[in-house]
Amino acid sequence: MKPIALIAVCLTSALLIYGTIDMPNWGDPQSPANRHVSPRYIEKTLEETAVPNMVTSVLADYRGYDTLGETTVIFTAGISCILLIRRFGK
Amino acid sequence: MISPFQDVIIQTVCRILIPFIQLYGLYVIAHGHSSPGGGFQGGVILGASFILLCLAFDIDEMKKRLNQKAILIYFSAGLLVYSGIGAICLALGGNYLNYSQLHKILPVDPILARYMGMFGIEVGVGTTVMAVMISIFLDLSSYPDTKEKGK
Repeated sequence: MKPIALIAVCLTSALLIYGTIDMPNWGDPQSPANRHVSPRYIEKTLEETAVPNMVTSVLADYRGYDTLGETTVIFTAGISCILLIRRFGK
Repeated sequence: MISPFQDVIIQTVCRILIPFIQLYGLYVIAHGHSSPGGGFQGGVILGASFILLCLAFDIDEMKKRLNQKAILIYFSAGLLVYSGIGAICLALGGNYLNYSQLHKILPVDPILARYMGMFGIEVGVGTTVMAVMISIFLDLSSYPDTKEKGK
Protein backbone atom coordinates (compact mmCIF):
# COMPACT_ATOMS: atom_id res chain seq x y z
CA MET A 1 0.00 0.00 0.00
CA LYS A 2 2.79 2.44 0.86
CA PRO A 3 4.56 2.49 -2.53
CA ILE A 4 1.23 3.24 -4.23
CA ALA A 5 0.61 6.16 -1.88
CA LEU A 6 4.14 7.48 -2.49
CA ILE A 7 3.67 7.29 -6.26
CA ALA A 8 0.29 9.02 -5.99
CA VAL A 9 1.79 11.84 -3.93
CA CYS A 10 4.69 12.27 -6.34
CA LEU A 11 2.38 12.34 -9.35
CA THR A 12 0.00 14.84 -7.75
CA SER A 13 2.77 17.19 -6.68
CA ALA A 14 4.39 16.99 -10.11
CA LEU A 15 1.03 17.90 -11.63
CA LEU A 16 0.58 20.82 -9.24
CA ILE A 17 4.11 22.12 -9.87
CA TYR A 18 3.50 21.84 -13.60
CA GLY A 19 0.35 23.89 -13.08
CA THR A 20 2.24 26.74 -11.40
CA ILE A 21 4.46 27.29 -14.46
CA ASP A 22 1.62 29.02 -16.27
CA MET A 23 0.74 31.34 -13.39
CA PRO A 24 1.32 35.10 -13.81
CA ASN A 25 4.12 36.79 -11.94
CA TRP A 26 3.53 37.94 -8.39
CA GLY A 27 1.76 41.32 -8.46
CA ASP A 28 1.60 41.42 -12.27
CA PRO A 29 -0.76 44.31 -13.21
CA GLN A 30 -1.70 42.52 -16.43
CA SER A 31 -2.80 39.30 -14.75
CA PRO A 32 -6.49 38.35 -15.21
CA ALA A 33 -7.26 38.84 -11.52
CA ASN A 34 -6.04 42.44 -11.66
CA ARG A 35 -7.84 43.33 -14.88
CA HIS A 36 -11.37 42.17 -14.14
CA VAL A 37 -13.03 44.13 -11.27
CA SER A 38 -10.09 45.55 -9.32
CA PRO A 39 -9.66 48.69 -11.49
CA ARG A 40 -13.36 49.43 -11.11
CA TYR A 41 -13.08 49.24 -7.31
CA ILE A 42 -9.92 51.37 -7.25
CA GLU A 43 -11.22 54.08 -9.56
CA LYS A 44 -14.90 54.32 -8.67
CA THR A 45 -15.03 53.68 -4.91
CA LEU A 46 -14.96 57.32 -3.83
CA GLU A 47 -17.48 58.63 -6.36
CA GLU A 48 -19.87 55.72 -6.04
CA THR A 49 -19.91 55.20 -2.28
CA ALA A 50 -18.38 58.32 -0.67
CA VAL A 51 -16.16 56.05 1.44
CA PRO A 52 -12.43 56.83 1.34
CA ASN A 53 -11.46 53.36 2.56
CA MET A 54 -11.55 50.96 -0.37
CA VAL A 55 -11.48 47.88 1.84
CA THR A 56 -14.67 48.91 3.61
CA SER A 57 -16.51 49.67 0.39
CA VAL A 58 -15.62 46.28 -1.09
CA LEU A 59 -16.41 44.45 2.15
CA ALA A 60 -19.67 46.16 3.03
CA ASP A 61 -21.06 47.38 -0.26
CA TYR A 62 -19.83 45.61 -3.38
CA ARG A 63 -19.59 42.31 -1.52
CA GLY A 64 -22.34 42.92 1.01
CA TYR A 65 -23.79 39.43 0.68
CA ASP A 66 -20.44 37.90 1.57
CA THR A 67 -20.21 39.91 4.79
CA LEU A 68 -23.81 39.04 5.64
CA GLY A 69 -22.79 35.39 5.30
CA GLU A 70 -19.74 35.90 7.52
CA THR A 71 -21.88 37.52 10.19
CA THR A 72 -24.30 34.61 9.96
CA VAL A 73 -21.40 32.18 10.44
CA ILE A 74 -20.36 33.98 13.64
CA PHE A 75 -23.97 34.06 14.82
CA THR A 76 -24.29 30.33 14.16
CA ALA A 77 -21.09 29.65 16.09
CA GLY A 78 -22.50 31.49 19.10
CA ILE A 79 -25.84 29.67 18.91
CA SER A 80 -24.08 26.29 18.58
CA CYS A 81 -21.91 26.96 21.63
CA ILE A 82 -24.99 27.89 23.65
CA LEU A 83 -26.86 24.77 22.54
CA LEU A 84 -23.95 22.41 23.11
CA ILE A 85 -22.30 23.74 26.26
CA ARG A 86 -24.71 25.83 28.29
CA ARG A 87 -26.59 24.09 31.07
CA PHE A 88 -30.24 25.16 31.11
CA GLY A 89 -32.64 25.22 34.07
CA LYS A 90 -32.13 23.71 37.50
CA MET B 1 -13.18 24.62 42.44
CA ILE B 2 -10.75 27.43 41.68
CA SER B 3 -10.90 30.22 44.22
CA PRO B 4 -11.26 33.79 42.92
CA PHE B 5 -7.98 35.57 42.41
CA GLN B 6 -7.91 39.09 43.77
CA ASP B 7 -5.02 41.43 43.06
CA VAL B 8 -5.07 45.15 43.74
CA ILE B 9 -2.65 46.08 40.97
CA ILE B 10 -4.43 44.10 38.25
CA GLN B 11 -7.86 45.31 39.32
CA THR B 12 -6.83 48.95 39.48
CA VAL B 13 -5.08 48.88 36.12
CA CYS B 14 -8.05 47.15 34.51
CA ARG B 15 -10.49 49.56 36.07
CA ILE B 16 -8.57 52.42 34.47
CA LEU B 17 -7.91 50.72 31.13
CA ILE B 18 -11.25 49.10 30.30
CA PRO B 19 -13.18 52.33 29.54
CA PHE B 20 -10.43 53.41 27.16
CA ILE B 21 -10.38 50.00 25.46
CA GLN B 22 -14.13 50.20 24.95
CA LEU B 23 -13.89 53.75 23.65
CA TYR B 24 -11.22 52.61 21.22
CA GLY B 25 -13.45 49.73 20.10
CA LEU B 26 -16.30 52.14 19.39
CA TYR B 27 -13.86 54.37 17.51
CA VAL B 28 -12.70 51.47 15.35
CA ILE B 29 -16.31 50.62 14.48
CA ALA B 30 -17.41 54.19 13.83
CA HIS B 31 -14.29 55.29 11.97
CA GLY B 32 -13.87 52.10 9.96
CA HIS B 33 -14.78 53.90 6.74
CA SER B 34 -11.86 56.25 6.72
CA SER B 35 -9.16 54.27 8.46
CA PRO B 36 -8.30 50.61 8.95
CA GLY B 37 -10.99 48.94 11.01
CA GLY B 38 -14.63 48.02 10.82
CA GLY B 39 -17.27 45.95 12.47
CA PHE B 40 -15.30 42.76 12.97
CA GLN B 41 -12.22 44.39 14.46
CA GLY B 42 -14.11 46.83 16.66
CA GLY B 43 -16.43 44.11 17.89
CA VAL B 44 -13.49 41.95 18.87
CA ILE B 45 -11.91 44.84 20.80
CA LEU B 46 -15.19 45.49 22.64
CA GLY B 47 -15.60 41.80 23.44
CA ALA B 48 -12.00 41.56 24.66
CA SER B 49 -12.59 44.44 27.06
CA PHE B 50 -15.43 42.51 28.69
CA ILE B 51 -13.32 39.35 28.80
CA LEU B 52 -10.57 41.37 30.51
CA LEU B 53 -13.18 42.42 33.07
CA CYS B 54 -13.96 38.73 33.67
CA LEU B 55 -10.30 37.83 34.07
CA ALA B 56 -9.41 40.68 36.38
CA PHE B 57 -12.47 40.58 38.62
CA ASP B 58 -15.00 37.81 38.55
CA ILE B 59 -17.56 36.32 36.22
CA ASP B 60 -20.35 37.44 38.55
CA GLU B 61 -19.01 40.99 38.45
CA MET B 62 -19.25 40.83 34.69
CA LYS B 63 -22.75 39.31 34.76
CA LYS B 64 -23.89 42.21 36.94
CA ARG B 65 -23.01 44.61 34.14
CA LEU B 66 -24.19 42.53 31.18
CA ASN B 67 -26.43 39.58 31.92
CA GLN B 68 -26.65 36.57 29.66
CA LYS B 69 -30.11 37.26 28.31
CA ALA B 70 -28.96 40.70 27.21
CA ILE B 71 -26.02 39.09 25.39
CA LEU B 72 -28.44 36.80 23.52
CA ILE B 73 -30.54 39.79 22.54
CA TYR B 74 -27.43 41.67 21.39
CA PHE B 75 -26.17 39.01 19.11
CA SER B 76 -29.52 38.43 17.52
CA ALA B 77 -30.06 42.18 17.21
CA GLY B 78 -26.78 42.67 15.35
CA LEU B 79 -27.71 40.22 12.62
CA LEU B 80 -31.24 41.68 12.55
CA VAL B 81 -29.82 45.18 12.00
CA TYR B 82 -27.73 43.92 9.09
CA SER B 83 -30.45 41.95 7.34
CA GLY B 84 -33.03 44.57 8.31
CA ILE B 85 -31.12 47.29 6.48
CA GLY B 86 -31.01 44.97 3.49
CA ALA B 87 -34.74 44.37 3.75
CA ILE B 88 -35.46 48.11 4.04
CA CYS B 89 -33.57 48.64 0.78
CA LEU B 90 -35.67 45.88 -0.75
CA ALA B 91 -38.89 47.48 0.53
CA LEU B 92 -37.89 50.89 -0.87
CA GLY B 93 -37.67 49.47 -4.35
CA GLY B 94 -34.04 48.49 -4.84
CA ASN B 95 -32.07 45.29 -4.67
CA TYR B 96 -31.35 43.59 -1.37
CA LEU B 97 -28.51 45.53 0.38
CA ASN B 98 -28.54 48.27 -2.25
CA TYR B 99 -28.02 51.12 0.19
CA SER B 100 -28.54 53.97 -2.25
CA GLN B 101 -32.30 53.39 -1.90
CA LEU B 102 -31.98 54.62 1.70
CA HIS B 103 -31.94 58.22 0.45
CA LYS B 104 -35.73 58.04 0.33
CA ILE B 105 -35.94 57.89 4.14
CA LEU B 106 -32.66 59.62 5.12
CA PRO B 107 -32.05 63.31 4.47
CA VAL B 108 -28.99 62.64 2.24
CA ASP B 109 -28.26 62.09 -1.43
CA PRO B 110 -27.94 58.52 -2.82
CA ILE B 111 -24.14 58.48 -2.68
CA LEU B 112 -24.02 59.48 0.98
CA ALA B 113 -26.87 57.05 1.68
CA ARG B 114 -24.44 54.25 0.77
CA TYR B 115 -22.05 55.64 3.40
CA MET B 116 -24.81 55.61 6.01
CA GLY B 117 -25.94 52.11 5.04
CA MET B 118 -22.38 50.81 5.41
CA PHE B 119 -22.13 52.45 8.82
CA GLY B 120 -25.36 50.75 9.85
CA ILE B 121 -24.21 47.29 8.89
CA GLU B 122 -20.82 47.84 10.55
CA VAL B 123 -22.66 48.57 13.79
CA GLY B 124 -24.67 45.37 13.32
CA VAL B 125 -21.56 43.29 12.65
CA GLY B 126 -19.78 44.83 15.64
CA THR B 127 -22.67 44.07 17.99
CA THR B 128 -22.87 40.46 16.85
CA VAL B 129 -19.12 39.84 17.08
CA MET B 130 -18.89 41.41 20.54
CA ALA B 131 -21.82 39.45 21.97
CA VAL B 132 -20.73 36.13 20.43
CA MET B 133 -17.21 36.50 21.84
CA ILE B 134 -18.53 37.20 25.33
CA SER B 135 -21.12 34.43 25.06
CA ILE B 136 -18.60 31.78 24.01
CA PHE B 137 -16.19 32.88 26.73
CA LEU B 138 -18.90 32.68 29.40
CA ASP B 139 -20.09 29.29 28.18
CA LEU B 140 -16.59 27.85 28.24
CA SER B 141 -15.59 29.35 31.57
CA SER B 142 -18.65 29.27 33.79
CA TYR B 143 -19.81 25.67 33.55
CA PRO B 144 -18.63 24.33 36.95
CA ASP B 145 -19.73 27.54 38.61
CA THR B 146 -23.34 27.32 37.45
CA LYS B 147 -23.46 23.64 38.31
CA GLU B 148 -22.41 24.41 41.88
CA LYS B 149 -25.05 27.08 42.19
CA GLY B 150 -27.77 24.82 40.83
CA LYS B 151 -27.50 22.42 43.77
